[in-house]
Amino acid sequence: MQYKSQAVAKPYFIAAIGLFIGQILFGLILGLQYVVGDFMFPEIPFNVARMVHTNLLIVWLLFGFMGSAYYLVPEEAERELHSPGLAILMFWIFLVAGALTVLGYLLVPYSGLAQMTGNHLLPTMGREFLEQPTITKVGIVIVALAFLYNVGMTVLKGRKTVVSLVLLIGLLGLALLFLFAFYNPDNLAKDKYYWWWVVHLWVEGVWELILGAILAFVLIKTTGVDREVIEKWLYVIIAMALITGIVGTGHHFYWIGAPEYWQWWGSIFSALEPLPFFMMTVFAFNMVNRRRRNHPNKAAVLWALGTAVMAFLGAGVWGFMHTLSPVNYYTHGSQITAAHGHMAFYGAYVMIVLTMISYAMPILRGRQAANSNLSQVVEMWSFWLMTVSMVFITLFLTGAGILQVYMQRYSTDPLPFMVVQEKIALFYWMREVAGLVFLIGLITYVASFFVGGRQPEPKATAMPEPAAG
Amino acid sequence: MSQAFTKAMARNIFYGGSAFFILLFLALTFQTHKAWPERDNRQNITASVSAGKVLWEENNCIGCHTLLGEGAYFAPELGNAFQRLGGKDGIKAFIMSRPKDGIPGRRSMPQFNFTEAELDAIADFLEYVSGIDTANWPPNIQG
Ligand code: HEC
Ligand code: HEM
Ligand code: HEM
Ligand SMILES: [Fe+2]
Repeated sequence: MQYKSQAVAKPYFIAAIGLFIGQILFGLILGLQYVVGDFMFPEIPFNVARMVHTNLLIVWLLFGFMGSAYYLVPEEAERELHSPGLAILMFWIFLVAGALTVLGYLLVPYSGLAQMTGNHLLPTMGREFLEQPTITKVGIVIVALAFLYNVGMTVLKGRKTVVSLVLLIGLLGLALLFLFAFYNPDNLAKDKYYWWWVVHLWVEGVWELILGAILAFVLIKTTGVDREVIEKWLYVIIAMALITGIVGTGHHFYWIGAPEYWQWWGSIFSALEPLPFFMMTVFAFNMVNRRRRNHPNKAAVLWALGTAVMAFLGAGVWGFMHTLSPVNYYTHGSQITAAHGHMAFYGAYVMIVLTMISYAMPILRGRQAANSNLSQVVEMWSFWLMTVSMVFITLFLTGAGILQVYMQRYSTDPLPFMVVQEKIALFYWMREVAGLVFLIGLITYVASFFVGGRQPEPKATAMPEPAAG
Repeated sequence: MSQAFTKAMARNIFYGGSAFFILLFLALTFQTHKAWPERDNRQNITASVSAGKVLWEENNCIGCHTLLGEGAYFAPELGNAFQRLGGKDGIKAFIMSRPKDGIPGRRSMPQFNFTEAELDAIADFLEYVSGIDTANWPPNIQG
């Protein structure tokens, strides 16, 4: 570790992994409720388990982003973090607020939680992904402000690199766009329109900046390729992301009461959204091929390449599949959406956080650059188990989705929703099995932190000849 | 990437391109605001509809259902439930009649113990939603 204060990243990463485990356990509950409808009913109804699953996902990704920033920014700025104490304080506030919110979901009926937390004063609850009590949302804003202040000051007082600048713009955008979570008009068409300013402009906008910056950082560190080259790529990628992704928001405005010209704007621009993801893949492989040395942390390089590939598949390919309005007319709000949501979130944001953890954690735990071979082998096993099972989850849901769309929406004799769900139950069973494999992968991942701790690290080797290109 | 294409050029494309498309997006949003009154059924947002929306939110119906295709995919689409269930009475009767402990083996909806006024408000809300111009979505009555 170059700077002492980078150590504050460690609790953030540990919390992220802990909440990730919770997220997956609730995913498995949801998957079982899909086929055994009354499983855990009425104690934990589906909607409650779903809130826990998705909110834990968002919260642990935020922990992961913040931890990444606390690790990355001092190193880029070449100085200690402005205030490590503030970072630790915010860690505990965020963790306690998150835990209380999840306990609230599980222990109190949701309407009771709304009452207790005074939702009527400023109603923001009860919308997908934004289910948190208003007070929790306020807490998120406070934590985000303190965090931005902390990393912002560090960058301002230190060396300003493209990587830290892009990361900061992304994080600032994340915080600003979250403010739309407080806008909840009675008019449902408006409510939905601005809801997407949080959800879409996050994952297909500012989060891509965060993703790009972290990927660039890890590639600079592990490949030794000239920073100038990597930063140029980074600018082009994020330029494409925002140029396509902002107007691309229109792919959510087709059927929610907005004017119909959005079918054109949304289809055309969102059809271009795979481009930045494709460039990210080319970028990552290019840089690794041009590496100046073989970094001893092979697992981190694997995660980085995996992120680039899976983000392109999940967001780029599975996103494109249903983004043109004539297709989306049939697939809107079906299992196709769920298939895409899973692979995109996993491939882009779960994997980039795991990439950063893989790169930083050995160093945070006092090693020179990498874990022992044994630990890396176990970690790489977990990479494959989780990634392959996520591919299968996606394929099974896509199968379910195609059948659902055909039977319920496309055929001349459309069947009711519940009838169709029973007919495609086999696919949900297979998804649940794939989910169990994912859990095994996650357990393997956690195990990788506890094996081979006493064994030495592999050595870095120079590349024999700087590869051409 | 080629040498002739410099980092400064890439940076300018990022800032210039983003600024341009943010402005375009805001202009389209402005235009959308002007088009809404014809489409969003605002004339039917009564006090009861507003109350219904609050109940919809405070009971997290979106955690199982889609509404205009957005939400969860566990239970039927409700944007057109008003038509599918044959009006307000159908909606109220369905919600009222959910068994407290669910239906064995079947995906279950909770019994919310709504009052008559609350049931009215939810049904009014779903009636209002069914009147939003959604460009003919969903493709058929099954949602
Ligand atoms: C825990 C999941 C869950 C929650 C929460 C939930 N529902 Fe349902 N709902 C269902 C399921 C499952 C069905 C299908 C039941 C069946 O066919 O047996 C259903 C069916 C319906 C139907 C009938 C739709 C049709 O076409 O047959 C209406 C209307 C409805 N729900 C309204 C609501 C409202 C309003 C709320 C919120 C106050 C709500 N639901 C909350 C699970 C849920
Ligand atoms: C990493 C980036 C991405 C993530 C994490 C992501 C995630 C999601 C999620 C979770 C949803 C469901 C939202 C809901 O609950 O209603 C969704 C919907 C959608 N996404 Fe993405 N997405 C990404 C990128 C893309 C891209 C690049 C495209 C287009 C090429 C795309 C096209 C769509 C479309 C069309 C929908 C709407 C589906 C529907 O009509 O039901 N997404 N996305
Ligand atoms: C890292 C892995 C995972 C990620 C990133 C993830 C992400 C998500 C997201 C974003 C949603 C909202 C879906 C949408 O609106 O389209 C969701 C819902 C869901 N997830 Fe996951 N999930 C993961 C793992 C799992 C696993 C392992 C299972 C179970 C086997 C699972 C089961 C479900 C179910 C059943 C839903 C509800 C879909 C619905 O609304 O009907 N998830 N998940
Ligand atoms: Fe989107």
